[in-house]
Amino acid sequence: MYLATLLVLVAIPILAAIFGQPFWVNAATRIVIYGIVAMSLDLIVGYGAMVSFGHAAFFALGGYVAGILLTNGIDSAFVTWPAAMLAAALLAAGVGALSLRTSGVYFIMITLAFGQMVYYASVGLKMFGGTDGLPVPARSTLPLIDLRDATVFYIVCTVVLVAFFVIASRLVESRFGMVVRGAAESERRMTALGFPVARYRLVAFVIAGAVAGLAGALWADFSRFVSPDMASWTRSGEFLVMVILGGIGSLAGGLYGAAVLTGFESLFSGFTEHWMLVLGIVLILIVLFAKRGIYGVLAGRRHD
Amino acid sequence: MTLALEQTLNGLQFGVMLFLLAAGLTLVFGIMGVINLAHGSMYMIGAYVAATSAEHGAPFAVAVLAGAAAAAVAGAVVEAVVVRRLYGRNHLDQVLATFGLILIANDGVSIVWGRTPLEMKIPDALAGAVPIFDISYPVYRLLLIACGVALAVALAFFVARTRLGALIRAGATHRELVGALGVNIVQLNTIVFALGALLAGVAGALLAPILSVQIGMGEQVLIMTFVAIVIGGLGSIRGAFVGALAIGLVDTLGRAYIPVLLRAVTTPDLADTLGGGLSAIAIYVLMAVVLIWKPRGLFPVSSR
Repeated sequence: MYLATLLVLVAIPILAAIFGQPFWVNAATRIVIYGIVAMSLDLIVGYGAMVSFGHAAFFALGGYVAGILLTNGIDSAFVTWPAAMLAAALLAAGVGALSLRTSGVYFIMITLAFGQMVYYASVGLKMFGGTDGLPVPARSTLPLIDLRDATVFYIVCTVVLVAFFVIASRLVESRFGMVVRGAAESERRMTALGFPVARYRLVAFVIAGAVAGLAGALWADFSRFVSPDMASWTRSGEFLVMVILGGIGSLAGGLYGAAVLTGFESLFSGFTEHWMLVLGIVLILIVLFAKRGIYGVLAGRRHD
Repeated sequence: MTLALEQTLNGLQFGVMLFLLAAGLTLVFGIMGVINLAHGSMYMIGAYVAATSAEHGAPFAVAVLAGAAAAAVAGAVVEAVVVRRLYGRNHLDQVLATFGLILIANDGVSIVWGRTPLEMKIPDALAGAVPIFDISYPVYRLLLIACGVALAVALAFFVARTRLGALIRAGATHRELVGALGVNIVQLNTIVFALGALLAGVAGALLAPILSVQIGMGEQVLIMTFVAIVIGGLGSIRGAFVGALAIGLVDTLGRAYIPVLLRAVTTPDLADTLGGGLSAIAIYVLMAVVLIWKPRGLFPVSSR
């Protein structure tokens, strides 16, 4: 299944070139970037049972950091991308340290509150465009590679996606991952075994935040525009929807969820203005009847 | 002093209206353990139906009752079709399914009423202002405060002194026991959900004349309602009341005074930039502080 997914990812720019549809590459880039965010969210929601309703905050912060650096003429991707990751990681460390004191519904709500703070901060900061958002003058640059080319940029995003998928897959099977997953099942048991559960959770939260920040920087490069909309709570909700649609706790599912949600929008918005209505019904049906999402359908029942 | 009195009254008015929303949301969580993101949609339906009734010549009181009734019916239907299946599911499923309900409600409203915001007039008899000390304050807003307080008292009496109220209280703490005693729990759930929707509909209908009735109005107020009940402690009606008033006052007074205070210590430009952002963030900061200090809110409910 992973091989098939990889083949599709590789085939897209080739098919787009053959059929003369450059639009496909842009659509695929959007899916890949959202896929990175959804995958990072799945890492904490699916494996750590930390339902963060503020993940868009890290995505937005990464985007703004990259956008602000690019506006000020700093365009090396070796600066903009790590800076975005670092900023998002620092924010995640702060948010995580405070939020992880709570659990369950209270965790959902406090992450939502922090997400709203970032949203209103981005609205309030007039020097970075306020509600109008911040146009980004140029894409980040890499030596030898021309990121301005749509296909090249797509390939770079895909490499980031695959790299993160490989790292995250190993991470969840590692000792670290086992502790986080064990704590999701029974916090008391892991504590009794002597693991500082809170610290493990915080590290997972920070990793997820940093990766969402990197995706935000890629988004700033891709769309050449960042705005408070990136941090809105409905955006956080959409990332959760992607995780669930794709299949919670499967990592790769995040990409499928991103593809389906994006595809859904372009497919249905073509012939009905009310595609959100259809999406709402599909979402409810999936939650009620297909708990393991698209990944579950593709992978069969052996993971149950 | 003049400004302080006026803003305090505004804050109270906002707070009691918020309580009407918070009461239903916290009851539903306390008794069924469901996070209902679609609660804001009930508020929206109440506002739309009230505005439409008033437009077709219904007297003000009738329009408000029509809005409340429509919201209650919508609540009962939503409970029977979707929410009933979410009892005992994890919070993530509830968040996503009710997120789906929001999408459906918003698109449904745009199909029926279109995307142009509606307006509802304040009835002539209530359009004036009355002098209070040295200010003149709109009669309609005073009426809102009075209605909100009256409904809060009625709700407190209902929950504390009536048979149905006793069942609701018992259902919140000893669900199985109430069922074993022969109470129809399924019916009780529908009644509680419809009651919550009714209160939300009343709030929407009463606020329709002073707000723009539009799609998305539910989400704006929903987040604030959640902040209020999380501060108060999920499931506690007393907590919802305290939380809603705190949010109403902090938000209103924050917007009035934070920019003024900042102007005293920094340059006007910076004060305006920061002031807007900080006053929008104030309630979220309040919630984060409360949760860090008391991770289960000010009036924690022991059963969950």
